[in-house]
Amino acid sequence: MINILIAIIVLGAIAAFFGALLGYASVRFHVDGDPIVEQLDALLPQTQCGQCGYPGCKPYAEAVANGEAINKCAPGGEDTIKKIADLLGVDVQPLDENHEQNSSLGHGPTVAFIIEEDCIGCTKCIQACPVDAILGAAKQMHTIIIDECTGCDLCVAPCPVDCIEMRPIAETTQNWQWDLNKIAVKQID
Amino acid sequence: MDSIIQRISQGKFWPFHGGIHPPEQKKITNEKPIRQLPLPKQLILPLQQHIGRQGDLLVKVGDKVLKGQALTQSSNPMAVPVHAPTSGTITAIKKSAIAHPSGMSELCLFIDVDGEDTWRKREICQDVSQLSHQQIIAKIANAGIAGMGGAGFPTHIKVNTKPDINFLIINAAECEPYITADDLLMREHSATIVDGINILDQLLNPAFILIGIEDNKPQAIKALQQATKSLEKINVCVLPTKYPSGGEKQLIKLLTGKEVTSGTLPISSGIVVQNIATCFAISDAVINDTPLLRRVITLTGQALAKPQNVWALLGTPVSYLLAQAGFTRQENTPVANPPVTNPPVIMGGPMMGFSILNEQVPVVKTSNCILAPSKTEMPSAFDNNANEVECIRCGQCADVCPSQLLPQELQWSAKAKDHQQLAKLNLFDCIDCGACAYVCPSQIPLVQYYRIAKAEIRQQQQLDLKAEKAKERFEARKLRLERDKIAREEKHKKAAAARKASMNKKTPEAGAAKSAVAAALARVKAKKAAGKQDSTSTATNNEETKSSSELPIANDEALDDKSQVKAAIARAKAKRLAKSTAVREKAVTNDEETKSSDELLVADEEESKQSNSADDKKAKIAAAIAKAKEKAKAKKAQATELAALSSEQNSEQNSENSSATSAKADDKKARIAAAVAKAKAKAKAKKEQQSNPQPSNEEIK
Repeated sequence: MINILIAIIVLGAIAAFFGALLGYASVRFHVDGDPIVEQLDALLPQTQCGQCGYPGCKPYAEAVANGEAINKCAPGGEDTIKKIADLLGVDVQPLDENHEQNSSLGHGPTVAFIIEEDCIGCTKCIQACPVDAILGAAKQMHTIIIDECTGCDLCVAPCPVDCIEMRPIAETTQNWQWDLNKIAVKQID
Repeated sequence: MDSIIQRISQGKFWPFHGGIHPPEQKKITNEKPIRQLPLPKQLILPLQQHIGRQGDLLVKVGDKVLKGQALTQSSNPMAVPVHAPTSGTITAIKKSAIAHPSGMSELCLFIDVDGEDTWRKREICQDVSQLSHQQIIAKIANAGIAGMGGAGFPTHIKVNTKPDINFLIINAAECEPYITADDLLMREHSATIVDGINILDQLLNPAFILIGIEDNKPQAIKALQQATKSLEKINVCVLPTKYPSGGEKQLIKLLTGKEVTSGTLPISSGIVVQNIATCFAISDAVINDTPLLRRVITLTGQALAKPQNVWALLGTPVSYLLAQAGFTRQENTPVANPPVTNPPVIMGGPMMGFSILNEQVPVVKTSNCILAPSKTEMPSAFDNNANEVECIRCGQCADVCPSQLLPQELQWSAKAKDHQQLAKLNLFDCIDCGACAYVCPSQIPLVQYYRIAKAEIRQQQQLDLKAEKAKERFEARKLRLERDKIAREEKHKKAAAARKASMNKKTPEAGAAKSAVAAALARVKAKKAAGKQDSTSTATNNEETKSSSELPIANDEALDDKSQVKAAIARAKAKRLAKSTAVREKAVTNDEETKSSDELLVADEEESKQSNSADDKKAKIAAAIAKAKEKAKAKKAQATELAALSSEQNSEQNSENSSATSAKADDKKARIAAAVAKAKAKAKAKKEQQSNPQPSNEEIK
């Protein structure tokens, strides 16, 4: 009988010790938030376009962390899917057909453009813009701040007079890419 | 420190890794003096000629400008002004091809030269030693001087540093084949150059001044030694000829044995490097009040009859220079794609230059050479068929790389677009010198691959930055919306409390308000009656009616209202019966909509008045709809649907849909007009909605 008591006391003491240790560790090494969400958010293109079905990149990152499909980011495309797959250790999936980039936008980055003579100043696009890149007031002409526009396309649908269009970003000497096929290679002997 | 000077005086240097010995080809031009050219008819001045930003225009089309007059200005320190290189008239300010490998257009000023070369007023400085540092720096900045060696970094920034400089190194190496512009400048203007070096000495006060010059320029070395004989501080260091000893980091290593750490500037090691031509420009600017208007440029290559160094005004079109040098056009290998100038003209040296696609491009502050090779001289320039073959891993490129990188590894990563690996391999330490491509037996254009990769990485960095900014703005917006929502709720609560307080007071106004509430309740009851008959009535309706029935109904005024409301409901019912079942389904959403709008509604004293004028409003809506119909004729069917919807106080979305679809078909003006009319109708419909209010739960309490 005494042996059983000793065993119970000893095991109880050990359990209490480890319990206390774990309790301390959970307080001492507490991690705020879910870091995987931050990491996923960093991989997403931050266009805040909502094409994935979530109201912004962060919510989609949270959803992916909770098991949502990784192939819903149309602006990010295959590259982003690959990076997310690498991060989460899952298989790369092709881009979800339902979330494929609107083909009418063409390829390459675009920015919204307001045809100013058609704008009636209804402020609908301002409310739709996820990054506050549209400037204007009621019954005043609106305009896009190009540098802030992510090209998400969300302002196009609400416009009652169809005066917003997506235009490709013009190529300048600043964002020009060397093209081997255009520039002959020189070498002297 | 002294040991460095000792070593230098013994003619010993710290050799840098790699380097090559390409054929020099400097004989073509280094035996003739610098030629003065007649003024060209027209000058094309790009607003941005250097790293940094372009300034704001000071002139407009039609303005007469004098030689040396500033044409742009900017408060941004990274912007340097552009000056009129000679007197004339501004004829245009438009986009034109610039000296950039892309051949793209940037904003340029076009000046029609009047041939008189009239100077603006100049103030010759008698004694430079009287000037303060700030005065000198201002003079340099106002003269528009940017580094003339190639990169074009604004000089006034480079010389405006803390006074803790060990070495001022003057780069006179001019290591690239063919180019002799600096060589000739040193021979002809060594005194002015030394003046410029003295000004830099005064500004920076370095411990030592070293002039690095390659031993293939004996006459220039002699001239410099003569000019600096009396100056103890200045050492003319004769370096063995090797490409690319003129690279900034390579020259520093050669002269001082110090390696500039990757990613830092020489200034962090207490070293400032200035090009010899920049020294000349500084002297001219500070002493003679002459801004940077012209530069020596080497016109060379066997396709030129008279290759020579010339003083070219900034903005001189390359075609003019070529014509002056007797350019003979040669047959090019006929290639349709890609279209390259026929025959090729290279701006810059053969190692680091780029072929220009348009001969109208102007000379800028950083151009030092125009190379027009003949076919025998540079067959590869004429042959556009890439004869690149697979890398055989011979490793010669790594042997010659002056930055001690691994060119073949870089090449593979660049082809695979593996940016992380490229960063690990220190791609950004590559100075684009082209030594690796020069020795490559497989004729791989290595530098081109690096340039592409660098541009891509820079682009990516910009995108990342933009994404970061977008994220911040998105988060800020979310916060703002949240804050606004809370503020709104707060406001509503306060308003409700105020109303309650005023109603509890025994005043005539309070009585009126009470009766208004009673009227509203009556309307709710009436609606309940209607809702009972409606098969689509929802549970929320029932709830509302239940809560309202508990409250007392008041006076005659309310009854009056009630009858009116009943009439309105009867009308609505009649219409509803006429509707198809599709609309009936929508009624569910209607009720939801009404409910949500109820929550937003702050019921006020005006309500009863509004309900009185409900009929009036309906008529107005009908008129607006009729207007819209008229204007959007093509979409008549949809317009009727809209009319039905608005009279049914339908959801916003539906009418938006119809407006969007109808808009597509019509021409723009009709569309806008229709949209405006529709918007009006919608607004009216909303008002009417307000005129049939059901008090929110809060008020009922």
